[in-house]
Amino acid sequence: MVSLGPPARTLRGLLQELRYLSAATGRPYRDTAAYRYLVEAFRAHRVTSEKLCRAQHELHFQAATYLCLLQSTRNHVALHQEFHSKGERSVEEAAGAVGLKLPQQPGGKGWES
Amino acid sequence: MWRSCFRLGAGGGSFPRRPCLLPAAPLGPGSQAESAPGLSLPRRAYAPPAERKKFYQNVSITQGEDGYEINLDHRKLKTPNAKLFTVPSEALAVAVATEWDSQQDTIKFYTMHLTTLCNTSLDNPSQRNKDQLIQASMKFLDTDTICYRVEEPETLVELQKNEWDPVIDWAEKRYNVKIGSSTNIMGPDIPSKTKETFISHLASYNMWALQGMEFVITQLKSMVLSLGLIDRHLTVEKAVLLSRLEEEYQASQSILESPMIVPIPLLNIFLSRNGAMWNGPTTMNYMNCGLELQLGRFLFTFAQKVPQ
Repeated sequence: MVSLGPPARTLRGLLQELRYLSAATGRPYRDTAAYRYLVEAFRAHRVTSEKLCRAQHELHFQAATYLCLLQSTRNHVALHQEFHSKGERSVEEAAGAVGLKLPQQPGGKGWES
Repeated sequence: MWRSCFRLGAGGGSFPRRPCLLPAAPLGPGSQAESAPGLSLPRRAYAPPAERKKFYQNVSITQGEDGYEINLDHRKLKTPNAKLFTVPSEALAVAVATEWDSQQDTIKFYTMHLTTLCNTSLDNPSQRNKDQLIQASMKFLDTDTICYRVEEPETLVELQKNEWDPVIDWAEKRYNVKIGSSTNIMGPDIPSKTKETFISHLASYNMWALQGMEFVITQLKSMVLSLGLIDRHLTVEKAVLLSRLEEEYQASQSILESPMIVPIPLLNIFLSRNGAMWNGPTTMNYMNCGLELQLGRFLFTFAQKVPQ
């Protein structure tokens, strides 16, 4: 019932995600341990072209799940950056927004100890 | 997000000896409760730390006696309870290293889901043993999402039947049990033989796998769907979709034309992470997920446009 599609597509997706992650750090993505590991794993399991090969299917499923994780994390961060609230303004900023300034009380306010 | 935390190095050491000491985050700046023994500020157990600058350049993986370890520059990564961070499988180690490697400037712990989950597995902060985890998971079977049906509207009943029945049938065949579905408010009546079968099935997994499994079940609110996920019968996206069937249905019924920006990625993340914990009785290199949805709800209120 699982329709994963061709492994090549999953691999391409994974490499794309790695590219996004490495773009952040500036180092080329081919240097990362993840790239080497993935490419090696996919290459090793490509030998059996049998569709019924269970290990290959397991690896592919795992890779697809990891891809889902990476994509979802990236989307989540993007959503968060776009929609999350910046918090409340401080009292000074709120006063400044309506053109007022807070009074200076060098002796400190009465209730503050 | 009490799980999304970690401290590198335990509290209480002198500063040069433990360079990775993090401040006690929820108490405001400058309250280094560990390094100032006179201070009696209570520290929340397993609390998330403040934002930390990225203090390392390179992340590498080494193999120790217990498994794979992560090194940040020359320092070994530790869990919040100061245990050495070891994972049983290389794939998981690579994934955790990638998470650390992809941080820029400041370390955003909320993006490091696999790290968090590994920390939880290693530290077991809720101190649960295997039986307790299994009990916690089995509780969801009684009110399993896909067994709990509505009676109306008609289209939703139809949708539930078409989408959920095949999964139940698959589970019944695969595990040789009877599950069934019900519109009763008390939920489906699961025979005890079914429960025993599932309990013994869950017992065959190791602690890491069980931690992950329990999270997945908690997130999906359905044991049958989680089993489908674990047995590779459903993909993460499909399992999430089936779990959220009613919400998807409601969204499609909305009279507003505006696009629904639902934080499905979050649930997908959570579902993807735990697969890492999942792998047969020996190692964990599967990535599936489950994590509390609190952050998800936060985004949910902002991101989802509900019909008026």
